[in-house]
Amino acid sequence: MTTETRADRTDEAIDAARGLEFYSQMVHIRAFEDVVNDLYKRAAMPGLAHLYSGQEAVAVGVCQALHRDDYITSTHRGHGHCLAKGADPKLMFAELLGKEIGYCGGRGGSMHIADQETGNLGANAIVGGSTGIATGAALSAKSLGNHRVAVCFFGEGALGQGLLYEVMNLAALWTLPVIYVCENNLYNEYTHFRETTAGEILARPAAFGIRAERVDGQDVRAVYAAASALVARAREGGGPAFLECDTYRYHGHHVGDIDRAYYRSKDEEHEWMTTRDPIGRFGEWLCEQGFAAPVTLDDIRSQAATAIEAAAQFALDAPYPVAGDVWRHVYA
Amino acid sequence: MPETPQRELTFAEAVREALAEEMRRDPRVVILGEDVAEAGTPFKVLSGLVEEFGRARVIDTPISEAGFTGVAVGAAMTGMRPVADIMFGDFLTLTMDQIVNQAAKIHYMSGGKLKVPMVLRTTMGAARRSAAQHSQSLHVWLSHVPGLKVVLPSTPYDAKGLLKTAIRDDNPVVFIEDKMMFRMKGPVPSDDYTIPFGVADVKRVGTDVTIVATSSMVQTALGAARMLEDAGISAEVIDPRTISPLDRGTIIASVKKTSRAVVVDEGHLQYGVTAEIASMIADEAFYHLDAPVKRLGAMDVPVPFSPPLEDATVPTEEALVDVVRGLFKKT
Repeated sequence: MTTETRADRTDEAIDAARGLEFYSQMVHIRAFEDVVNDLYKRAAMPGLAHLYSGQEAVAVGVCQALHRDDYITSTHRGHGHCLAKGADPKLMFAELLGKEIGYCGGRGGSMHIADQETGNLGANAIVGGSTGIATGAALSAKSLGNHRVAVCFFGEGALGQGLLYEVMNLAALWTLPVIYVCENNLYNEYTHFRETTAGEILARPAAFGIRAERVDGQDVRAVYAAASALVARAREGGGPAFLECDTYRYHGHHVGDIDRAYYRSKDEEHEWMTTRDPIGRFGEWLCEQGFAAPVTLDDIRSQAATAIEAAAQFALDAPYPVAGDVWRHVYA
Repeated sequence: MPETPQRELTFAEAVREALAEEMRRDPRVVILGEDVAEAGTPFKVLSGLVEEFGRARVIDTPISEAGFTGVAVGAAMTGMRPVADIMFGDFLTLTMDQIVNQAAKIHYMSGGKLKVPMVLRTTMGAARRSAAQHSQSLHVWLSHVPGLKVVLPSTPYDAKGLLKTAIRDDNPVVFIEDKMMFRMKGPVPSDDYTIPFGVADVKRVGTDVTIVATSSMVQTALGAARMLEDAGISAEVIDPRTISPLDRGTIIASVKKTSRAVVVDEGHLQYGVTAEIASMIADEAFYHLDAPVKRLGAMDVPVPFSPPLEDATVPTEEALVDVVRGLFKKT
């Protein structure tokens, strides 16, 4: 099986059209999360959400290296992965608000959005819990011979979970087409990863003979280049890889985590947001290349904000599931 | 036409035949587990399968129960129909996140879009002198979780038919075989048959008391029923075959007929399968009962190693007979 996008997606060069697509995706993710935060603050959203703001270059850089029918597994901080893989913001908001028309009929919510149409096997609320699923999807791709690749997104907090090491061992033994993408945003919830993570991160996959690389996760071009090479290698039978992306989450662990001074400073947050912002940096690069004028980027941002507001309104207006349907989907 | 004499297979052979037939029928069926290939598992249940289907479909894994169970979940979600082999039921503890948080809930959490058509085959049962970490019967843990189906075959015939149903089911199914039954022989048709889930089997017809028994306890119940017959008590033995889903109707109809009920299962007594079934009987057949519903299960102690201690923990025919006879005593 092939998809029409396969050939052009192996080219790592970013032209103007492609660059604007990257930019637009990152901007949409940022706008989406801003609206989620607003919905939370207005008490218009049930429960909590874990915002992806600040990490956009990872999801976009990696997912742009994938085909539509390639698989991803995502995390509790998964809105960015979902959007970057091609999900519709209207149906995502509907899911976040527990509406029937949402991706999962409101049964999953923010931490469990799945969209099989775009190969998204689901966000996961168990840290490291989806590493087996991604590896299994890679086994299935290899067994069925469909040339798909699986990407397993997880935060550096998952480095403490044993399952990750069990499945990396299997993936290496069986030469599976899976890329383990570690988004190192520095904090395991409310604890700096240096307090929880012994030794060197890349030494861990390397011990299994897995190709391990580290990239600036705030540079979408670098993420895209690294991911493209690893995905192509996996697709050609070269086996699994591990990509550590250095990144930063702008908000707290979740929307309600507002007082953060006890675990990280305002100065540190300010530094990342002003000097390493993935959208700002990439926008500057687009202008330097002559791919866009600043006003074009302003337009993209304002159009994204409008579109995302409309998507949220669509979801707010959508009906809830009826309580009598609570039994549906327990069994297939 | 003269009837063809029924072919007899052991329980292990029936399981192997079901797997082989399903693997021939459907190339998406693969087996994953520790020492499943050339070794054929320590119980030799899978002997010969790797020779027919090759190592790409009978896949030896490292000793990583959580890992290969998770891989089975992901493979099931993306077009395969894996059978994960957990050598001892005690090792289910290592797979719990992948089974309980992932496999059981993915269909529901995705609003019905994703499916996890996998089987987790494992064992249960004490009396092999294997001590506390190789002897447990933990099936009730999994029966507590919506989204899973739990199958407890008690005969070679049921094992083949139920395992084929499990492999064809679009849900995660936990299929638990009592280690003490692998050599048990019984009639097994060579043709392709399946047994639906949620349909109990009346293993013995009787009129005075209903014994609901699972897995190896079915044989215990049948032995007790023969002893009770000599005492003038006619026992009906009902084997639910699947405890999730549970065939409530057959059990309740039997109790309404006999007016007495004993439930026996090899899991621990506290909060066990027997408690669920007894409470259902009390709820739905209370006014038909002539005596309290009684339960027998494994003693609420870790399974001990020493033979006289281990034997004391498991329900026996004699203990079951005593309990049943107690229901007929005039006070």
